[in-house]
Amino acid sequence: MPKEIDRDEVRRLLDRGAQLVEVLPSPEYEEDHLPGALHLPLRHVEERAADLLDRSRQIVVYCWDAA
Amino acid sequence: MSPRAAWRLESLGFGDVYDYVAGKLDWMAAGLPTEGTNAQRPRAADVARTDAPTCGLKERLGDVRDRVQAQGWDSVVVVNQQRVVFGLLRARELEKDPALLIEQAMRPGPSTFRPFVSIQEMAHFMVEHKLENAPITTSDGRLVGLLLKQDVVSGPAEVS
Repeated sequence: MPKEIDRDEVRRLLDRGAQLVEVLPSPEYEEDHLPGALHLPLRHVEERAADLLDRSRQIVVYCWDAA
Repeated sequence: MSPRAAWRLESLGFGDVYDYVAGKLDWMAAGLPTEGTNAQRPRAADVARTDAPTCGLKERLGDVRDRVQAQGWDSVVVVNQQRVVFGLLRARELEKDPALLIEQAMRPGPSTFRPFVSIQEMAHFMVEHKLENAPITTSDGRLVGLLLKQDVVSGPAEVS
């Protein structure tokens, strides 16, 4: 079950080498994304996740907000 | 969107997945840096005056006015010890009875703006609403600085 985390926990995980992944569409990622975030739009998760992500590392996903 | 992505990644065999539910809005509202095409455009937090004077609820208006004016300001932001914004006094409020407590003289609950708002948007809003200044705060209400209209209407070229 994915764990919900806050901003402080995001920073702790990144310090420990987690992968940060934005799942919003291209225009929003290109305008602003968190430093170092990879881009994996929701609709492309199935086809691209295996190539883009390292299974041995933690993964933090985010979008715009909780809505 | 991120919960669906997190669950889908788990279903694809990724074992250690976390969902930053508050997302990019929360990150940017905290004034943290981003990358991307917008990152080079000046935002409210880049221009806001971080040296703007502040005061507490229980101070006397006369004392605060003297201090603020001596620093060359005509506005002061009312905050608590955590710098959470409670009110604002502009020139009009500073001219009230000097014996009043700040909490009696201030404009309570002023509109505040997030650090990531572009200065173009702020300029438009401040002109339209005739605001001479506006507090910039993080999403938890803490003061980042006071944005002056003169800095966003005439000053973008001066931003470093």
